[in-house]
Amino acid sequence: MILDLYNYWVVIFLMMSGFYTLIASNHLIKKIVGLNIFQSSVFMLYISMGKVAGGTAPIAAEGIDTYSNPLPHVLILTAIVVGIATTSLALALVIRIKESYDTVQENEILELDRISDEETQA
Amino acid sequence: MSAINLLIDIVLLTMLVFTTIAIVRSRSLFAIVMLSGIYSLLSANIFVVLDAVDVAFTEAAVGAGISTVLMLATIGITGYEQKKRRSISRITPLIVVFITGAVLVYGTLDMPAFTNPSNPVHEHVAPRFIEQSPTEVGIPNMVTSVLASYRGYDTMGEVIVVFAALIGVLSLLGIREKKTDPVYTEPPPRPILQVMAKFMIPFIILFALYVQFHGDFGPGGGFQAGVIFSVAIILYTLTFSQQDAMDLVPPWVLKRLAALGVLIYGGTGVVSLLKGGNFLDYNVLAHDPIHGQHYGILIIEFGVGLTVACVMILIFFAFISRGDKNP
Amino acid sequence: MINEHLPALQVVVPLLAAPICFLILNNRLSWLFASLVSWLCFAMAILLVMEVKDGAVLHYEFGGWAPPWGIEYSVDVLNAYVLLIVSGIAAVVFPYSWTSIQKEIPESHHRIYFTAMMLCLAGLLGMTITGDAFNLFVLLEISSLSSYTLISLGRDRRALTASFQYLIMGTIGATFILIGVGLLYALTGTLNMADLASKIPALEGSRTLQAAFAFLVVGFGLKLAMFPLHLWLPNAYAFAPSAVSAFIGSTATKVAIYALLRFLYTVFGADFSFNFMQVQWLLMPLAVASILFASMVAMFQDGIKRLLAYSSVAQIGYMLLGISLVNITGLTGTLLHLFNHALMKGGLFLTLGAIAYRVGDTRVKSIAGLGQAMPFTMGAFVVGALSLIGVPLTVGFISKWYLILATLEKGYWPLTVLIIISSLMAVVYTWRIIETAYFQERPANAPEVKEAPLSLLIPAWTLIAANLYFGINSRLSTDLATGAAKMLFGGSLL
Repeated sequence: MILDLYNYWVVIFLMMSGFYTLIASNHLIKKIVGLNIFQSSVFMLYISMGKVAGGTAPIAAEGIDTYSNPLPHVLILTAIVVGIATTSLALALVIRIKESYDTVQENEILELDRISDEETQA
Repeated sequence: MSAINLLIDIVLLTMLVFTTIAIVRSRSLFAIVMLSGIYSLLSANIFVVLDAVDVAFTEAAVGAGISTVLMLATIGITGYEQKKRRSISRITPLIVVFITGAVLVYGTLDMPAFTNPSNPVHEHVAPRFIEQSPTEVGIPNMVTSVLASYRGYDTMGEVIVVFAALIGVLSLLGIREKKTDPVYTEPPPRPILQVMAKFMIPFIILFALYVQFHGDFGPGGGFQAGVIFSVAIILYTLTFSQQDAMDLVPPWVLKRLAALGVLIYGGTGVVSLLKGGNFLDYNVLAHDPIHGQHYGILIIEFGVGLTVACVMILIFFAFISRGDKNP
Repeated sequence: MINEHLPALQVVVPLLAAPICFLILNNRLSWLFASLVSWLCFAMAILLVMEVKDGAVLHYEFGGWAPPWGIEYSVDVLNAYVLLIVSGIAAVVFPYSWTSIQKEIPESHHRIYFTAMMLCLAGLLGMTITGDAFNLFVLLEISSLSSYTLISLGRDRRALTASFQYLIMGTIGATFILIGVGLLYALTGTLNMADLASKIPALEGSRTLQAAFAFLVVGFGLKLAMFPLHLWLPNAYAFAPSAVSAFIGSTATKVAIYALLRFLYTVFGADFSFNFMQVQWLLMPLAVASILFASMVAMFQDGIKRLLAYSSVAQIGYMLLGISLVNITGLTGTLLHLFNHALMKGGLFLTLGAIAYRVGDTRVKSIAGLGQAMPFTMGAFVVGALSLIGVPLTVGFISKWYLILATLEKGYWPLTVLIIISSLMAVVYTWRIIETAYFQERPANAPEVKEAPLSLLIPAWTLIAANLYFGINSRLSTDLATGAAKMLFGGSLL
């Protein structure tokens, strides 16, 4: 029973570490790394579901009758692509933020934004 | 799962846990980025153990490859070290994470057991993919069948997501041509690297073509091929110069080809529509449905490969053309 | 023949129009093409509404593969109604864009702007129409990635941080949705919504199902800016280019609310969502908090766009309130407010775009004296503001009326009072603007300001006029909303 769920629980631990890095980190790039970890562990959750005991990779071949489930693989292929798309857009934003604010630390950016907000109010 | 696989699985997962802890605790961004590459590579290994070879391939090419390259290019601009900041409360994020994790653990308690073949996941939709796709679609790699035919529309969406990322990166960064820059100087030649790269690039491209066209039979397909192809150009850019690479594959051509790839995919759907089928129904493309499926998958995979290769190269160009400005 | 492919074309046409927009090298042609496609989408949405308004359901199988193996689009009165809202707003905003972006976005980025708008439109339409839970995630990401791009086009550098924040929150939301869909898939082996709906009742009590429910509600909650997950919204709307604020502000959160409704009612079923999970007791306090808190904050804003953004958070609160009442009148109110809020916020943001075009910014103090200088623009703003408050003869009144009826039906009179109080708060925050525009003199040193050009006024007034038209003759919207609400409850009253 415990061994059955071991995979899921480790994956959940990884997922939550990524999630924590994503929301608690102050550095924008580290946030993106956290996001990547968060997402790739979700991918592992999906792929774990697709595994069949005694199965092989879902490529039809002579003499094999048990295959793992191909559908989660397809979904995750799509999700990986979505992930890299998001990552590259996020990194491009970080470069622009660095150029405009000269920092990539979230607290400093928020501080600069707060000052701009106050100037607008004045 | 056999005992040895289980053991490998557990060892890899444990390594992942250590990598993750190192990432959470590390301050050096360079280390964090490299560790995240290692994380991707390890997870690719786990995907192999879990029989997801196509996914492993993609994760290795994208997570450990492209995404690490882009991150390195970014920290080249933003700097390598994190500033120490005055301690702020980490309580809120911790609470959020604990609640989320608790809900997930609670959810897994009733989760169908790992690898059990009678799980609902393996009962309802998947059997048809496994049993009938080799005859209905006519190719042995079931992942390719599902990806390109049964759920071909999702894959078209995926190509458009890649295209959307290109639009975003072009909008944010643009691609600067170095030629027009008066202070631009050619980088010094690096003969050993350049000769080695020249030797390797043809093989990389050959491998990309193999992955592109062999995707029906083995792991691979348009997406992986596109990424590998872009790696050849990235290698060329790194060993020669950005300007050399841009002379070889001009960005304006790549931009058009990227859009064209999407249109090739969508166009296949439109053709099947005009031939009396539903959107992306390849059966109507030829007299024999199996041939139709073959043509359809071949064409759309080409569209995928084209768009992905062009987008990855363009995104890479966009990142490094920013970087050179402030060395 | 075309008719039978209409559900697919509704999304495929804008999806493929996006790369074409990018390939057309002339900015003006790209704009004309994009506008044409947006009208085509609106026409297709109208045709779809005509087909399903009497309760018919259209199905479309992509690739000719029957669901649950293939991906299916299914159109019923609910999503046809949302398609109508999204494509209708697009059909006004796309033509408006040309003049508006001349001053807000550098010329080199105009094509990128139209391409991204087209992608965003296609993604939102696709999310609305799809009958497949995973396909919804893919289309959600198409619309999200393009909205991050669009928001980052704003002139102020804060647009970049707003976009980054939205990207992080939006991706967390999308990943939560992915987890939720994955858990559902683990339980049922299917991704098709109708198929899921038929399998879920047998699973009641499963802890995995409850976890899936929680992740999906929070995931969509992030995308629809449910309090307190709304933090990305105000800056995103405030610093995006005007036309983008108008488009995203009146469509993106609506589609997320639609998706939430689709999961609550169709996939999980009203019985599981409201009797077993009791989600209304989560939604109701959050709705109340967002109405009060956001209206309060709106009163103290000096940037009009940010003021309207906070007001949007409050309006989302109304929509959630309608859902949390769990009766047909309340749900009708929610659905009507989807439509009506799109009209009023769309109209108001377009009007602000016209002000930004002439004045350069949209702070409250910058519009002093504009009542005389830009009578048509400010006139449009006044009508839009009245609608936002909920004055009779405007659409705002119709949806608030339904919500009030629904609270009375349930006997929750404190909520009735809340709706009235928050309407008074709306009077306060819009009055500040109107007072400044009409009763303050333009500063002596301020440059001369002319009335906005017709290419901005006509689209803005189109939406504002719709506020009045559907406020007086609300048959179309109420019929559709009532029909959709009844369909969601499936005749079986709770």
